[in-house]
Amino acid sequence: MPLLKDGRLVEDKWQRLEEHEVVPTEGAVIIDLERWQVERENLKGRAAPLGLLLMPGQSPEEIADDLSQFDLIALAFPAFKDGRAYSYARILRERLGFTGELRAVGEVLQDQLFFMARVGFDAFEVNERTSEGDFAAEMAKFPAVYQPSSCGENTVFARRHGARLVEAAE
Amino acid sequence: MSKPHRKAKGPQVLTANRLVDGDVVYWRDETTWVANLSDAKVFEDEDALAKAEADAQAQVKADKILDPYAFGVDLTGGRITPGSMREHIRALGPSVRLDLGKQAEAA
Amino acid sequence: MYRYDEFDQSLVDARVTEFRGQVARRLAGDITEDEFKPLRLMNGLYLQLHAYMLRVAIPYGTFNSRQMHMLAEIARKYDKGYGHFTTRQNIQYNWLKLDDVPDLLADLASVEMHAIQTSGNCIRNTTSDQYAGAAADEIEDPRPTCEIIRQWSTFHPEFSFLPRKFKIAVTGAPKDRAAVQIHDIGIQIVENNKGEVGYSIFVGGGLGRTPMVGKHIRAFLPRQDLLAYLEAIMRVYNMLGRRDNIYKARIKILVHEASAAEFTRLVEEEFEKIDQTKLMALPEEELDRIAAYFAAPEFETLGPCPAEHLEALDRDRDFALWVKANVVPHKVPGYAIANISLKPIGGVPGDITSDQMDGVAELAKDYSFDEIRATHEQNLVLPHVRERDLYAIWQRLKALELATANIGLVSDIIACPGLDYCNLANARSIPVAQLISERFAELDRQHDIGELKIKISGCINACGHHHVGHIGILGVDRKGEEYYQITLGGSADENTRLGDITGPSFPYDKVVDAVETLVTTYVDLRQSGETFLQTYARVGLAPFKENLYAAA
Repeated sequence: MPLLKDGRLVEDKWQRLEEHEVVPTEGAVIIDLERWQVERENLKGRAAPLGLLLMPGQSPEEIADDLSQFDLIALAFPAFKDGRAYSYARILRERLGFTGELRAVGEVLQDQLFFMARVGFDAFEVNERTSEGDFAAEMAKFPAVYQPSSCGENTVFARRHGARLVEAAE
Repeated sequence: MSKPHRKAKGPQVLTANRLVDGDVVYWRDETTWVANLSDAKVFEDEDALAKAEADAQAQVKADKILDPYAFGVDLTGGRITPGSMREHIRALGPSVRLDLGKQAEAA
Repeated sequence: MYRYDEFDQSLVDARVTEFRGQVARRLAGDITEDEFKPLRLMNGLYLQLHAYMLRVAIPYGTFNSRQMHMLAEIARKYDKGYGHFTTRQNIQYNWLKLDDVPDLLADLASVEMHAIQTSGNCIRNTTSDQYAGAAADEIEDPRPTCEIIRQWSTFHPEFSFLPRKFKIAVTGAPKDRAAVQIHDIGIQIVENNKGEVGYSIFVGGGLGRTPMVGKHIRAFLPRQDLLAYLEAIMRVYNMLGRRDNIYKARIKILVHEASAAEFTRLVEEEFEKIDQTKLMALPEEELDRIAAYFAAPEFETLGPCPAEHLEALDRDRDFALWVKANVVPHKVPGYAIANISLKPIGGVPGDITSDQMDGVAELAKDYSFDEIRATHEQNLVLPHVRERDLYAIWQRLKALELATANIGLVSDIIACPGLDYCNLANARSIPVAQLISERFAELDRQHDIGELKIKISGCINACGHHHVGHIGILGVDRKGEEYYQITLGGSADENTRLGDITGPSFPYDKVVDAVETLVTTYVDLRQSGETFLQTYARVGLAPFKENLYAAA
């Protein structure tokens, strides 16, 4: 899967470990929650980067206390219609203060990139058809947003009254 | 949702909606979908229908038509009559607006 | 009414551009139907039996003459010269071509309208009381609240891929004309004992396959907490709502399975956490800005009812019957609320031609401060007319063939499009409504029968609200034949109640007789002044059922 990170198609340095694979001492790896729950004590403080894959139904609030162990959280979209990870992303960014890479994996469609970015994703495993240009176009497609969220953009509400305050000052 | 389950027996017609305008169309041959039920190919043979259905799926992939499926028809009196109210309405137009749909174009 | 500022307009315009690109990619084969379908649905575009159907939002049912003229023009330009008002204060066009839709949406955007989120598993058009700002019993105009919800829910990044669709309704009056208890979230504006205005919240109402009345989860929510609380409900639903079974995916199932108490606990807990961030607190100046758009029009100080109006009532019996059925008191003396019935005898409920739309637009401009309302009962309203103008308005409505005097009466029937148009339907709805209204065409008889709400759906999805009809009719498919199940005693007001199924269903050609039997039973049993619903509440199902199935 091509990986878009910060708007660029980049080489994926992370390895997603399958169930039967042993966690190597070297290299950045992404493990699933089941493995973390079993091997937690061994993996805590792993020198090389560790990432965690959460499936729908696995809320990040369950691992809130362990969050500092992970450099990356991957949230899965097994189907593009399954929108649970949008909530998980906001909880990670806004409530739990996660600052590492937040990666969207699974069925990640071009037309969803804008919403994903707004809830805090900064990396996307996209399909072969999605180019850097497509990504840039998606990010630019709406000139304003109504809802406050993780990405910190100024909302319409704020801009309206910000603008009004400026008018008043002048 | 209310599309009829495939009947095992009896004459059938293959139908779909055209992608670009949503119009109801019926299978005539490998290259032709027609607007009027009376011009449709009637399948009495399951194998021929299965082949046409496979071909229709290819046309879905080629983005010409949507949602192809077969439905039962009655051939009494030498005319193709849909076996359900739903197909009757698709073939003609709304029963409450006889001035609209295929029934109006035919008049 | 609300007017878009540069931000609102830029977003609606951007959506048109986005959808134009998506349609182009679809027609070029760059995306598959599976990928395109959710995108077109988020823009209200369905594939129905005969063509594409577009559902255009009329946010909380309020619009003006310029918008109505555009709706008329769109029907002429892209459709077949008519539109259909729905039970969700939307208007639908039935005969569209896919490649015309981007241009159509651009035309809509030019009059501050859109079809955004009128379908799909997202937060839909917020609906409200059609008499908002005009009703005498109102605590507060619900439309500023609705507009805040409209903006907050538009392109919500977190809640655009919910387990299922999500409908919010708001009422500002104790008399509920917005059917809030059959919505995913129902909001009632209330006043607490300190005289503060806030919100009372219902969750988990809905019709469809598993009809449920909403559960009351919050008695008083302070105004500034509205969006934080809505986000809490939505987040709990988005994370925990069922996605394994489409028929169990609505929030009502989650509330039911978790129990209302547990669901409330989850929401309150989430609300606490959201509230701590203060991110969602509504800025006072924004509330004020939006509320200012809904300031009352400049009503004149009018004296007592003018003599010419009283004379017209005396002189013209048809006019008097129209006033009796269709005109409702206004909060300002000398003004009235005039309902326009879209239920002509034998007509298609909710349908209106382009010429009629233009006519209503002109009436609104001439007599109603340029305001029109769409109702969830598929009618229109001129909310602010002078009593003294009623006769002139009625004459013009008559010329437009829009003067049917039947609001709330037996022929004012809600009916979904049914099998005549809809891809999901199992049976026709419209012709059943037509047959019933023809049977009861005689106006004196209708007035004698009094308030009676018949609601017809062509399938279990219940777009025709049959569960909450005083008489509800549900079309079912029985081995390829259309049959109709009847329910009694439903209601969608502040005393919301689901109807009781009478028994075995009736074939198409027996439904009208069945309705006649029910009406006759009521007339025979009623005590002085009792409505159908009151009689039903008193005597119960048994006598109706007995008569209904006696012949069989």
